[in-house]
Order: sequence, then structure tokens, then C-alpha cells
Amino acid sequence: MLRRRPPDWLTLLMPTIIVIAIIVLIPLIFSFYSSFTPYKLTRPSTLWRWVGTANYERILSDLNFWAAFGRTILFLTIALNLELLFGLGIALMVNKVTWGQRTLRTVLMFPMMFSPILVGFQFKFIFNDNVGLVNNALQSLGITDVALPWLVDSKLALFSIAFAEIWMSTSIFAILILAGLFAMPRDPLEAAKVDGCTPWQSFRHITLPFLMPFIFIAMTIRSLDVARAYDIVQIMTGGGPARRTELVWTLMARTGYVDARMGIANAMGYVSILLSIFFTIYFFRKLSAARAELGL
Amino acid sequence: MAEVSLRNVTKNYGALEVVHGIDLDIAHDEFVVLVGPSGCGKSTTLRMIAGLEDISGGEVAIGGNRVNDLPPRERNISMVFQNYALYPHMTVRENLGFSLLIAKRSETEIAQAVDDAASILGLGELLDRRPAELSGGQRQRVAMGRAIVRHPDVFLFDEPLSNLDAKLRTQMRIEIKKLHQKVRTTIVYVTHDQVEAMTLADRIVIMKDGDIVQVGTPLEVFERPVDTFVASFIGSPPMNLLEGKVSGGFVWITPDVTLPLPTVFSGKVAEGQRVTFGFRADNLMPKGHALTESGATADLSLTITLAEPLGAETMLLSELAGVEIQGKMLNPRPVSEGEVLECQLSLDHCHLFDTATGKSLR
Repeated sequence: MLRRRPPDWLTLLMPTIIVIAIIVLIPLIFSFYSSFTPYKLTRPSTLWRWVGTANYERILSDLNFWAAFGRTILFLTIALNLELLFGLGIALMVNKVTWGQRTLRTVLMFPMMFSPILVGFQFKFIFNDNVGLVNNALQSLGITDVALPWLVDSKLALFSIAFAEIWMSTSIFAILILAGLFAMPRDPLEAAKVDGCTPWQSFRHITLPFLMPFIFIAMTIRSLDVARAYDIVQIMTGGGPARRTELVWTLMARTGYVDARMGIANAMGYVSILLSIFFTIYFFRKLSAARAELGL
Repeated sequence: MAEVSLRNVTKNYGALEVVHGIDLDIAHDEFVVLVGPSGCGKSTTLRMIAGLEDISGGEVAIGGNRVNDLPPRERNISMVFQNYALYPHMTVRENLGFSLLIAKRSETEIAQAVDDAASILGLGELLDRRPAELSGGQRQRVAMGRAIVRHPDVFLFDEPLSNLDAKLRTQMRIEIKKLHQKVRTTIVYVTHDQVEAMTLADRIVIMKDGDIVQVGTPLEVFERPVDTFVASFIGSPPMNLLEGKVSGGFVWITPDVTLPLPTVFSGKVAEGQRVTFGFRADNLMPKGHALTESGATADLSLTITLAEPLGAETMLLSELAGVEIQGKMLNPRPVSEGEVLECQLSLDHCHLFDTATGKSLR
């Protein structure tokens, strides 16, 4: 009896295909499909009503969504750039430390070990306008006698959230850049000294180009991280008050789970994923260019 | 263009002193090679001249000016490093012009200087490549080009050839020597390879354990080593050294092996003094295969343990008084192990050192 057997390669790949299908492919297709329906969690039957691109049209003309989208980009830009700056500074200083550097490196990682939820709670307390540490300190020092609305005012609230985010994640930049500094050959720096460079020129012309690939790796990782910032924001302000700190993911979660409008939330997800894809491609291009420049 | 002088220069890392008060005067346009085994302080000395290491004590002057407290960029020196130390993200052209760019020279001036350096070193076709796309020898040339574009007062070379293979090393050695003839500049060159030192130097500075042992022209250090260290370090193969005792116009190595005391040393040694008898392979040759040279000789019959034919000559290994010694056979014929050859030792070229101090008795 002759039975057709699947080719060996397919048999061997089957477990992987099955696992990936269950974990990634089916949810992806399902969510993509549901973004074309008015699917509400509370009324499952809505899943079978096809509305075409209505959800997308609605999002694209929704000011709230675009405000959240823009705010996410702003937040991303501020957080990433400051983290890079602080991370670079810390890495350069730690690199100079000769005694106790290992300990310092470990201490540096502490903020990364906390759950973002806990960091959110911690900073919610620190920035609380009545009992928070910041206002307490400002008032005791006589710098101000009013209670600053850290988590209420739209600009201050975004600042507070960025502060928490930066506190937690600067060390990722610091560690990656430090790794770059460790990998850096010493000779070109000495050659630069002999060639007449001041310390700043050495840094600008020799060290920084060498560190760029490391910086772009950190940027790629962190841009994906921050673009899906949810937990810290949710805990500290819940996206409020009155949407003043609403980011894409808090908006999405609210739409999907609080308002139960899963169809439109999924549509938002697909639009904002473009953001992540854009940043990934952008930084990856930069990374390849920087590596090519170093002849790697 | 300048002379370099070191006055009682010391270097310590904490309590550990690695360079113990060096005095050295290097003349304008001179090619000086610092040579010694690893850890002798030669690189540290060079780096102190460059300003890459702090000077713990004493004084370094370039062109008559004390430079102890000047950073490297104010010393008008350039340096070639062992690992080339090219800037990986710059093209050859940018590498060559970098120091001039930093010095804020005009673009035309930089282009001119880069072209000049490139033509001296034959780098014309490589100008737009990056270091990763170059071979070891090419990188080395770029590193040298980077050093010459600035027309520095002093060139410093830190073991520049040790990462190259043997053939390329010989070739680059010649290029460095030619370079010195073209751009007459003071050169301080560090190496652990005595062949490089002999072939390149106007003067050789031999260092050991943070001290200068001997300074002299290549021929001086070869023919008149001040002690057994220099004698065994300079020259290839190293000098044969046999310990013995002076007795009645002879040096007694063992009761069975005695060598006549060379006449130049009579009167300079005391009866019964412990001495080390030294001679080079070039001065021990089998009869009939030796240079016909007048002068006193001593006859030795030696059992050959190993013969190394090199083509024009054959190196012979044998044993004398339990010590392995080397001789040389000119116009060689095949030699088999265990063969006994009648050899003659040219006494006029022999050395005698005090065994206790190692110092030459000449």
C-alpha cells in the first residue's frame, strides 16, 4: 500500500509551526479580523458583523487617538534621549572607577530589578501633591509654599511619568554603553592623544563613533519598550486626569477592556504597531550604518 | 627636529619601581633603538617620552624643553603603535589627515600633506579604504604615514613590526630604514628583537630590569658587550659562555677542558679568578671550513650533536664541558650526528667576563 508521506523537513518543522501558530499566528489573525468588526466583549455576536474599514476610518479622524499617539512619540523622544544622555554619562564615569567597579555595576542594575508596577506606585507616592516626598521637600526647603500638582497638571504629569521611566531604565543604556567601553581598544585613544586631541576631541572623534552601534542597540530595545509603556502610566495617573497623560497603550486598554470595544481597540493596535515598526527599522538602519563604518 | 634627553628618569607603579633612573641623550636625527627582554621597561620609557605615562621622577626634555608636565599633544611627537591603532571608522585618507584636522589646518594643506605621505609610503590606491579592508603590512604603512604627515620633532615606534609575519617584517624593516633616510627625524624605536635593533639603529640602548646596561653602535655592542647579559642577548645565535678559573695562562673549564687565555686579557685577570669565557659561533669553525684568518687560535675536537644546514653555512651544535655550544661551518659539506670534527677557536675574538659580577674584563 502506497501512502503519501509529508516530506521530512515538514515533519521536522511541524512542532515549531504548531507552537508558533497557536502563540502568534492565530491571535494575530483573530485580532486583525476583529479590527474589521464592531466586536464588543459584552456582546460576542458582534464578532460576526463585518464593517470593513469603519473602525480604521473612525480612529483616523479621532482626535483623542491622535493626541495619545503624538504624546507617545513625545514621551518616547524625551525618555529615550534623556536615558541616552544619563546612561552615557554614568557609563563614562563608571568606566573610570578603578575600585569597586563590579559592585557599582551591580548596584546600577537595581532599578531594572523592580516590577514597573512597583516603580509606578513608588513614584505615585513620591509625586503625590499632599503627602509626596517631592512637595514635602520643596515646602520644607521653602522653595514653594503651594502644593505642586505633579500628577494632575498635564505637563508636570508627563514629566513625572518620564522621570519614573528614566529612573527605571537609564541603567539599560548605562550597561550597554559600558559594555561598549569595555570592548573598546585602548590604542586608538592613545594615538588620538598623540595626534593632538584634547579629551573632548578624543571622545567626539574616537570614542563616540565606536559606541554608536551599542547606543543604537539600546535605542532599538528601549524604543520598543517605551512605545508600549503601559504599567507605569496606568498606576501613576491611569492616563488621566481627563486624558492628559493618555498614551497609545492606556487608550487601547481603556477602549478594549473598560469600554469593551475590542474591535476598535485592535484597530488602534494595528495603527500604533506602525510606530514600533518605524522605530525599529530606523534604529536598525542606523545600527547597520554605524557597524559598517567601523568595518564590522 | 630635535634632540631628546632623559635625566635620571624613574617610573613607579605604587611601591613598585619599574624604571630606575635612566640617563640617555639622543641626538638630532639619530635613530636610537631601545631593546631588551619583555618587562625591562623599554616600552614604559618610550611611553614616558610620548607622555602616555606619567614621569615619576627625573626629567625628559625634547629640543631642550622640559616636557614632563606637557600632555602628548603639546610635545610635537608622533607614535606608531604595535597594534597600529588606526581609527577603525575612518578611511585611510581620514586617518592620515586626522591630526592636521585637529590642528585646524586648511583643507588644501591637509590634502597636500596626505598626498605627500601617501606617495612616500606607496599608499595612493588605498586612500579610500577603511583599516578593516587592509592587510597587516598596509595597516602598518598607514600607521607610519599618520606619523609622518605632521612632521613631528620625534618619531616614536613601539614594537611596530611584532604583529607581522617574518617576511613582511624584513620588508617593513627596510622601509623604516629608508623612511628615516628620506625624512631625517629623530627616531626612538622599541623592540625586543635584537635583529631589528642591529639592522636599524644608529645606536642601540640595551635595557634590563629597568636599567640601561649598555649604549653603543650596533658593532660596539656586538663586539664589545659590557657583560654576559648583553653578550647573550645581542647576536644570533647567542654567545657561547663557559665558566672556569684562570690558572697559569689558561682558563680551566674542567680538569679535562682548558682554553688558552687570550693575550688581550693577560694582566687583566688574577690567578685563580673565576671567569666566564665567551665566544661567538662565528669564531668556532671546523678546520678547512673556516675563514683563513691570522691570529692566535686554539684547537678543539668536538663531537657534533646536531647540524643545521642553512645553505651558505651550517650551524653546528656540540657540547663542551657539559655546556651546549654552537659553531659554524662555512662552505659546508654534509655532517652527520656523532661525527667528530677538528675545530679551531679564534682567540682574538674571545671575551672574558668576571663570573661574580658578569662584567667584561676587557
